[in-house]
Amino acid sequence: MIHLKKILRTGFEYMEDVFDAAFGPAWNPFYQLGALGWFYYWIVISSGIYLYIFFDTGITDAYLSVEYLTHEQWYAGGVMRSLHRYASDALVIMMLMHLLREFAMDRFRSSRWFAWFTGIPMLWFVFSAGITGYWMVWDRLAQYIAIVTTGWLDTLPFFGESIARNFLSNADLSGRFFTLMVFLHIALPLLLLFIMWIHIHRHTQPKVNPPLGLAAGTLVMLLVVSLVKPAVSHAPADLGIVPAVIGLDWFYLPIYPLLDRYPGEAMWMVLGVITLLLLLLPWLPSGKQQAVAVIDLDNCNGCGRCVADCPFSAISLGPRSDNTGYEQEAVVDNRHCTSCGICVGACPTATPFRRRSGLTAGIELPELQISEVRDKTLAATGKLGGNDRILVFGCQHSMDLSALEDSRTGVVSMPCIGMLPPSFLDFVLSKNLADGVFLTGCRDGDCYFRLGIRWTDARICGERDPELRQRVPQQRIRTYWGGLTRSKQFLRELDAFRNGLNALATCNQNVPEPGQEGNGHKDIGNA
Amino acid sequence: MPRTGRIAGQIIAYGLFAAGLGYFSNAPVYTWLDPGFALINLSFSHAGQRKEECRRLTPAEIAATAPNMRQPLDCPRERVPVAAELVLDGISLLSKSYKPTGLARDGASSAYERIPVRPGQHQLTVRLRDSRRGDGFDYEENISINLRPRQNFVVDFRDNPGRFVFK
Ligand code: HEM
Ligand code: SF4
Ligand code: SF4
Repeated sequence: MIHLKKILRTGFEYMEDVFDAAFGPAWNPFYQLGALGWFYYWIVISSGIYLYIFFDTGITDAYLSVEYLTHEQWYAGGVMRSLHRYASDALVIMMLMHLLREFAMDRFRSSRWFAWFTGIPMLWFVFSAGITGYWMVWDRLAQYIAIVTTGWLDTLPFFGESIARNFLSNADLSGRFFTLMVFLHIALPLLLLFIMWIHIHRHTQPKVNPPLGLAAGTLVMLLVVSLVKPAVSHAPADLGIVPAVIGLDWFYLPIYPLLDRYPGEAMWMVLGVITLLLLLLPWLPSGKQQAVAVIDLDNCNGCGRCVADCPFSAISLGPRSDNTGYEQEAVVDNRHCTSCGICVGACPTATPFRRRSGLTAGIELPELQISEVRDKTLAATGKLGGNDRILVFGCQHSMDLSALEDSRTGVVSMPCIGMLPPSFLDFVLSKNLADGVFLTGCRDGDCYFRLGIRWTDARICGERDPELRQRVPQQRIRTYWGGLTRSKQFLRELDAFRNGLNALATCNQNVPEPGQEGNGHKDIGNA
Repeated sequence: MPRTGRIAGQIIAYGLFAAGLGYFSNAPVYTWLDPGFALINLSFSHAGQRKEECRRLTPAEIAATAPNMRQPLDCPRERVPVAAELVLDGISLLSKSYKPTGLARDGASSAYERIPVRPGQHQLTVRLRDSRRGDGFDYEENISINLRPRQNFVVDFRDNPGRFVFK
């Protein structure tokens, strides 16, 4: 399974390279699949409301009212109908890609099971909503769907009466069934919305709206298909005639042809088992659960920066439980914490400059304490020589950096680059431990821990606390967000950076050398 | 990538996606039934006889049951399966037995069969057994039908009095 994931992830990244080139990281649809799902959902809902105003329930009225919308009112009702159909189809594509991608990127295990688990019922809701939608039109396709679906439902043991017998002949047909369909077709999407809301419950700043440019492009695209190939009905249903050859919506109905070939019971079993396996996936190879973040009250002043930066809503501020003068303290909810360390990067006490020998931050990852990051920084830089020494800070979810280490390059990795407090950059440069600091991690716009890259960029630019001090020369800092596969570009960037450092060393001797602010080296020695 | 290149790239991506949506929402077509054929749709929901007759309980047996549960007859609820046969122009199309539904096997038997046949003039014989007899049938009907291509010809069975219904 690890191999499968890696192959999938590599495939996604190559594909995303192409899209990064055309759309740029900010608009890349692959990084916005969930947000696009929400966007399609809203299009489906708004067009659906319009259609509902003109829709009549009833065996012949339903078909006629849809015909009216499609033909007489093609400029409004027809476009709405097409938008309704195509946005629903796009929702299916987005949902399946999103599922595959979250799997490939391994974003569903340990504390992240929640979004995965709540995603699975959405599959059932989306498909059922689509099927009831096609049923309501009561054309030949609806007739086919009605016959096959009811026959399939009849293979379940819980319906006493055969449902399929309601669709034997025109004389057996009852209007009540259509009222039920309309009800389901409204209720299922509303329930879906509720689950969508739960789905992102544990995310701080969830991406539920695609960026404007992507949203506009998507809407224009849907409008163009709607005008070029408007959604139309088949001939009206007639139970006396078999809908022998039918154009299916393959996004919603791919299993229907299978129902002709395999027994309904077997299909329920297969779908049931797949659903169950998917639900259990977060625990199947649960892997080693990393220790979650812990608060060190002696170092926490309740400033709340970790709360603001945690991507998984795992921290809140609670009343102080000790006798210090502070009012609040950070509290970690272990069930939500993903051990990303981004909170550590946000904590003002996580600074390597601290003189007290025991460097402990207000919030710490037990498996990689901030003092250890400092030790690793010192060890990695201690071996370097020359005037183009680079320290690379990287994340453990992107490319393997260990091969980079040589006499001019040191490497320190952590779970997420967002764990690195900006003061470390200042530390390395001002103490002349290296000539440049290079930060790398996942793809821009697609951090494994959601917000690590965003916060890192913002902290370095001085847009978000804790800010990088202004005295730090920006030309000695470089970031490159490469993910797993962009190693070539990464090395090119690193070389270019090194050349820049060389140039700085030779031609700009007047640049005030860092490390003149008198932070004693003694401190480093005890660390 | 230059700006025009990016825009072209986006248009291509949107275009491909739109083409995929437009095409697969309605194609390729699926052939559920060869349109040169007609369909005989046998469907019924009919309860077979009880497997065993009711039996008068002996006074000793009645005395052995709890006072609030006492009744003179013991009627096992299980039903016999319903058997059906379809013969078209002397050739058997279907011969099948349908188990009663319900955990106690005391519900109606349900059939839902779709059998493609060549259109045209046919002699159709339908038979059904719902009693405890081991072979032979309790109901039989013989009709002459003229099926059009794609016609859905329904063979149903109604209770009280038991008879076949053709639609
Ligand atoms: C209608 C369908 C769906 C919509 C609209 C939707 C939407 C979203 C959104 C907006 C996010 C937050 C993304 C972010 O801000 O980082 C998200 C996350 C997630 N979704 Fe979905 N989703 C849907 C279906 C599914 C399905 C079917 C699955 C798979 C089982 C799934 C699995 C996940 C996972 C695992 C995450 C969390 C990733 C993380 O922890 O960073 N979703 N989804
Ligand atoms: S490590 Fe910190 S930032 Fe990351 S999820 Fe846990 S509490 Fe939140
Ligand atoms: S950022 Fe640090 S000091 Fe501030 S509340 Fe969180 S743990 Fe406490």
